[in-house]
Amino acid sequence: MWFYEKKLQYPVKVSTCNPMLAKFLIEQYGGADGELAAALRYLNQRYSIPDKVVGLLTDIGTEEFAHLEMIATMVYKLTKDATPEQMKAAGLGDHYANHDNALFYHDASGVPWTAAYIQAKGDPIADLYEDIAAEEKARATYQWLIDLSDDPDLNDGLRYLREREVIHSQRFREAVEILKEERDSKKIF
Amino acid sequence: MQKGMHMPSWYKTYHPYVSPMDPCPPITTKRYSTPPNLYLGFQPPGLEQFTPSAALKAGTLWKYFYDPYYSTREMKKGVRE
Ligand SMILES: [Fe+2]
Repeated sequence: MWFYEKKLQYPVKVSTCNPMLAKFLIEQYGGADGELAAALRYLNQRYSIPDKVVGLLTDIGTEEFAHLEMIATMVYKLTKDATPEQMKAAGLGDHYANHDNALFYHDASGVPWTAAYIQAKGDPIADLYEDIAAEEKARATYQWLIDLSDDPDLNDGLRYLREREVIHSQRFREAVEILKEERDSKKIF
Repeated sequence: MQKGMHMPSWYKTYHPYVSPMDPCPPITTKRYSTPPNLYLGFQPPGLEQFTPSAALKAGTLWKYFYDPYYSTREMKKGVRE
């Protein structure tokens, strides 16, 4: 069960009217390494993984939905007032033809989201290594988005999201450490 | 950061080969990220923390893991907190 808090995990501010940034940001919405893929991947994997790390997958999977909501807010702010002409000029003419100004789960090139992006192998190490890779890829995507954007407030939010990927990767790496630990051996820091 | 802990750098650079035949002005230094999660293994107890409000802004409670990314354009403009 989930509880919903009607606020964003981190405040989203966009200071420049530049709908083209929405075209790039949508990569983290419906792209292969985006927040939707992350959330669905982790929340699904948790059924077939040792008890010790189920809670971690629930926590991180849930947080990814909070990130998805932040990205959606960024995209929405950048496109809600865009005319068809502005959408076209921003490279979003093909998006407009199908969706008007609505959001949709596709990547920056318009490729629709697919479950083929994610995996549940049933092998805990294989799954956690995929999760670590997913976090590093999401981190890299945020770097390239920050490189593409010159909106200081938007970049502030993107930097926050990238930092969360760094932490998620750390926690998945710790999950691997927990699962590979030999019985009866003492933890040495 | 605990006392006596070595602090790695979160960014590294390399210099790709530049050919005399390249069509575009070369980028002589490339940067890549080597984030804190690569170095620590299982998080040890007693790491230094941000204050709660600074942690909410940074995206982590732990100073060691704070690794903000700035584009080269931002760095030229001197955008840093
Ligand atoms: Fe993540």
